[in-house]
Amino acid sequence: MSAEAARTTAAAYDVERVRLDFPILARQVHGKPLVFLDSAASSQRPARVIAAVDDYERLHHANVHRGVHLLSQEATALFEHARERVRGFVNAASTREVIFTRGTTEAINLVAQSYARPRLKPGDEILLTVLEHHANIVPWQLVAEQTGAVVKAVPMDRRGVIDAAAVAANITDRTRIVACAHVSNALGTVLPVREITRLAHARGAVVLVDGAQAVPHQRVDLQALDCDFYAFSAHKMYGPTGIGCLIGRESLLEAMPPWQGGGDMILTVSFEKTTFNALPFKFEAGTPNISGAIGMAAAIDYIESLGIDNIHAHEQRLLSLATAKLLKVPGLKIIGTAPDKASVISFTLDGIHPHDLGTILDAEGVAVRTGHHCAMPVMEFFDVPATARASFACYSRESDIDALAAALGKAREVFA
Amino acid sequence: MDLKDLYREVILDHNRSPRLFGRLDPADSAADGHNPLCGDRLHVSLRLEGDRVADLRFDGKGCAISVASASLMCEAVKGKQRSEITHLFNEIHDVLTHHDAPVPEDLGKLAALAGVRDFPVRVKCASLAWHTLNAALERSGEPVKTE
Repeated sequence: MSAEAARTTAAAYDVERVRLDFPILARQVHGKPLVFLDSAASSQRPARVIAAVDDYERLHHANVHRGVHLLSQEATALFEHARERVRGFVNAASTREVIFTRGTTEAINLVAQSYARPRLKPGDEILLTVLEHHANIVPWQLVAEQTGAVVKAVPMDRRGVIDAAAVAANITDRTRIVACAHVSNALGTVLPVREITRLAHARGAVVLVDGAQAVPHQRVDLQALDCDFYAFSAHKMYGPTGIGCLIGRESLLEAMPPWQGGGDMILTVSFEKTTFNALPFKFEAGTPNISGAIGMAAAIDYIESLGIDNIHAHEQRLLSLATAKLLKVPGLKIIGTAPDKASVISFTLDGIHPHDLGTILDAEGVAVRTGHHCAMPVMEFFDVPATARASFACYSRESDIDALAAALGKAREVFA
Repeated sequence: MDLKDLYREVILDHNRSPRLFGRLDPADSAADGHNPLCGDRLHVSLRLEGDRVADLRFDGKGCAISVASASLMCEAVKGKQRSEITHLFNEIHDVLTHHDAPVPEDLGKLAALAGVRDFPVRVKCASLAWHTLNAALERSGEPVKTE
């Protein structure tokens, strides 16, 4: 997008109208208007998502892929329509590649156990980066313990940047899997996933991308990224909790054994031999989160109604405004200063522990995340026990930044 | 919910200038405490004379509530018998966890911790030092967690 187009879009983006779509934004906390700056942990739901789930529960619920009766047909149609919406949202090649999971965490565990575990040999390497969320560290440590493989991590620089050269320097002939975030939840850093994939493929390794923090903020085109596995959750993109997906290259998924056994993932079962269902059902044992998938599809509809590029431009504008404003707060230090960042600002304030900051901000109605953000190695790298993190979404507005700055001033008064 | 009730002057003072900060070396017993939620880590070391805590120190990193609670605790229990410390621990525990429990008069400066009970997510911060002291007294040696 040209600078001029971006300006036009930003001007046309009516955040006050967007906010009316989110019922929760009208509420107060501790007698103050809610200023919700914790969307990177979980975003709020628009009325449209709530209504889609409600409509399904009231009118269409039955189990999917089973009955011949009308409700089961309707539920199945809605569920499979949701799969197609997810496919289109990230431009996956086929719905056979879209596996519904409980979320990003389960998707990564699926790949670790079904793809990696049968293949890894002692001494094989799993390459991560130091800025990963625990969900993209621990599943690999478990499989490493099971197979004798080794977990390594690509370092970052002082800004929190991981560039392709750093990745290239750490890929070896023993690297079998490269697993990295698309966007860091703790720092906001956007990783060069396309280049990382190219480097990994050149050495014969497969790539898993944790896209949980990317899909709500920027256009994701899996055909362009060319990674082998991509995982994300609905609840960080205005959808319900407990639903997300793994998108995997069909040829790899075909070759992988089922991860969990149960109903829906089989064709025939006898005590002598069970044959497994086709993709994607092979990986969806048991009754799925039907209403969750429908809510996820409604969240995609919502994002597309606003336009993901418009959301991106709006959030980037807020990010630069907030960065400038926060840097004026005496003693405030921003952790994570990559040039290419999503709308996440981690920070510390001299003399005030982030946990105290979180309590004082909350009393002012300002919700931020405080703690290690499930990224303890990142905290260790920057030598901080924790940070406070403000994150922006499609409904965030300039006055939220003012409220945050004012609340930080209040915290400094309390601790003066 | 009033912030002034949580961040009372006594709390802020003990956070700014923690008393009995450091480590005893040699010590008769010591323990580490960890609150994974906020990353708080405390170390309590103590010297015993019979059943009496003759001296103790704490160090570590944490939020204002956990540091102030540790500092106030060290001041309060230094020189006290185990039985007195157990009594104090129980009183503090009640004050922190029972919203309407009266604050015992014998708590002295420790009464400042009562403000924490209106902030349920912060109770763990205030209790970390006390659990760590308990562990040191029991010489369990295992790290203590409040999660």
